[in-house]
Amino acid sequence: MSKDIESIIKQYKPGKREELIPLLQEIQDKNGHLSEEAIVKVGKFVGLSTTKIYGLATFYDQFRFIPSGKVCIRICNGTTCFLNGSRSVINKIREETGLSAGQTGRDGNFSYEIVTCMGGCNNGPLIRIEGEYSTHVKPEQIPDLIKKLRFIIEND
Amino acid sequence: MEDLKKFLTDRVLLFESDTLPPETEKVLSRIRREKADKPVIYVSSGTSAIIAGAEKTFSSIKSFTDDIGQPVELVKVGCTSPFNFEPFICIQLPGKNKLFFRNITEEKVEPLINGLLHNDINKDDLAGQQGTKGFELWPGIPFLDEIPFFRRQKRAVLNNCGCYDPESISEYIARGGYRAFVKAILHYTYEEVCNIIETSGLRGRSGGGYPTGLKWKQALNTTSASRYLICNARESDPGGFTDRTILESDPHRLVEGIAIASYAIGATSAIIFFRKGSLHALNRLQKAIDQARDYSLLGHNIFSSGYNLDIIIRQEPGAFVCGEETALISTLEGKRGMPQLKPPYPTASGLFGKPTVINNVETLMNVPLIMQNGPEWFRSMGTETSPGTKVFAVAGKGRMSGVVEVEMGTSIRSVIDDIADGIKDGKELKAVQMGGASGTFITSSNLDLAIDYDILKEKGIAMGSGGFVIIDESTCIVDLVRYYMEFIRGESCGKCIPCREGTGRMLEILDSVIRKPATEDSGTTLERFKGVMQLETIASVMKDTSLCGLGQTAPNPFLSALENFREEFEEHIFDRKCKANICRGLRTFSIDVEKCTGCTACESKCPVNAIYGTRLQPFFIVEEKCTGCGICYDICKFSAIKVK
Repeated sequence: MSKDIESIIKQYKPGKREELIPLLQEIQDKNGHLSEEAIVKVGKFVGLSTTKIYGLATFYDQFRFIPSGKVCIRICNGTTCFLNGSRSVINKIREETGLSAGQTGRDGNFSYEIVTCMGGCNNGPLIRIEGEYSTHVKPEQIPDLIKKLRFIIEND
Repeated sequence: MEDLKKFLTDRVLLFESDTLPPETEKVLSRIRREKADKPVIYVSSGTSAIIAGAEKTFSSIKSFTDDIGQPVELVKVGCTSPFNFEPFICIQLPGKNKLFFRNITEEKVEPLINGLLHNDINKDDLAGQQGTKGFELWPGIPFLDEIPFFRRQKRAVLNNCGCYDPESISEYIARGGYRAFVKAILHYTYEEVCNIIETSGLRGRSGGGYPTGLKWKQALNTTSASRYLICNARESDPGGFTDRTILESDPHRLVEGIAIASYAIGATSAIIFFRKGSLHALNRLQKAIDQARDYSLLGHNIFSSGYNLDIIIRQEPGAFVCGEETALISTLEGKRGMPQLKPPYPTASGLFGKPTVINNVETLMNVPLIMQNGPEWFRSMGTETSPGTKVFAVAGKGRMSGVVEVEMGTSIRSVIDDIADGIKDGKELKAVQMGGASGTFITSSNLDLAIDYDILKEKGIAMGSGGFVIIDESTCIVDLVRYYMEFIRGESCGKCIPCREGTGRMLEILDSVIRKPATEDSGTTLERFKGVMQLETIASVMKDTSLCGLGQTAPNPFLSALENFREEFEEHIFDRKCKANICRGLRTFSIDVEKCTGCTACESKCPVNAIYGTRLQPFFIVEEKCTGCGICYDICKFSAIKVK
């Protein structure tokens, strides 16, 4: 893991503040999250204190500091999906997984994110799981969906 | 491939005159697939099409035509149709007009193509035909631009969308692309380009409507050695998808627009600030930039003109406030994306202290068109003060939704009636919400207003970036206002107090309006009334004293909702009723004794044990215990549960 971070850092020029966000983005893309180690290393490389890097990274919603689940569910909460009832879908997912948006469960199986507008407005509410879209999702479908996903994860 | 590149560069892009010789045109028309000797099938491949299953349709067409040994050319194109028509495909038989079919899911492919090859057209899925002169008409089939969604549209910015393969630069050049850019760098000075755009009257399409030519001139007339152009493609509004659709369908025109704009202000590097999460659009845009570089349209000393340009893409790390110019610049500099005080404006001191012009996608998409067709052509569309067209993302409860383009001056009513084709399920229109999360509600009294920057501004309506959400009577306006407020509260950067505290407080009060308190004693009721009286004051303070546009416009949905739907707010506050039955906290349920069979389904599911009764006898709900969650209502198979 630590090797990875170093090899990513090497591609960037040291001491350039404007490269900080793309660097953090690349680390997150490769590792799924920003570990403490990554932030310390980036801080040394850019010449900023760790608190400053945390301050920056926590400002933006893209960065996460815990690994995401094996399956990440993305739920659209754009205006049209909202009008079509995405909130009850989100509530149901929260109930079923026992997590709130952005968290990962202790077993590391699930996490979910709320996004604004995926661009399939007439098919809302929309859910995306690993690149697969489900359309016209109803809250009562969620328990089965989660059960199915859990089965797939556990037998993988 | 190299031959094609050389041909397009020497004989098309660098050709002296505007009209190309007939033999060149002949080759170009072949690239445009106007003269094809085998059937061409175009499958739309934007995000909305993929959601509807276009990729499966594509592979199923491929395997079917391979199986029957029918030679066809399969092309993935951008989106052109309403979302309800996806997966949308177009079939062009040699020498005949294009035929468009809607909702072609994988199982429909086989009968459709089989029928078509035997001249038997399936009329159910047919959307229309389209063609130019020299092609054989299909008798008795309506033209695509005559059907409701397309009839009132004026497609200028979107005219390439869905017509060519967005991953092919040669097709874009064959459709007249990049010639305006080459002409600009070889024959015009910086100033001349600015002048052309200024005379055209193009105004920034991001909502403010600032004249683009003027903005460019301000940056050009500085003494700085380097300047920057930033294309704002951040679009993270809830309900905004115009930019993404454009980028997925016609990325090359954006690259050309950026190139011309950069040249006009003398910038040698341009940055596209891209929204996160749209991987599909990002890949296409990156491909377009790479191809342009390969054709030497970007890089060092472009076509020996002495002009250098490079375009890079930066992905936004996810903050709504970064749409504000100064916050966007802070993010690009690697800081927290917080707005700064203006002036100095970015055109004087922007990215790294250098003059910077920030334009959004739609503005830049207009630039190549103006350079190609001249400012007079642009002025001939739209109104006197707002020439041109405007792209909207029509969504919500209309019968059709999708990305549409109308001439400025079109009435809002016409977008609803003619383009969205009325309201779904025969319901009544309640309002239209324009301008995204900080936009305003437009009710039936204002529907005849023309879409024009100044007319709308006079009424206090912001055009915004192009969100157009149609709301029907089944929507609770208080709940919707709360939704927008929740979004803005989450996105407030926290720098200035009115916005940080104001949004939080407004959300708290709105929450108390739509929720049932644990105990309905006089204390909480008094609290609620006091809170509600504060709402308007908070809104006006936020409007006046917030640092940036985010905070200043945050109370807009609330204020316009209050103005138009005051009685609905009062109903929530005093009568504790939600007419639309959306606010769960205010619903009370009861069981119809006649219909209840005593199946115990609701009793076992009730999370607060508010339902009592004996098996096979009618049950009843204890109103004091009920939290209005609605689970019993959803679960009852005999529709015995009634909402009061």
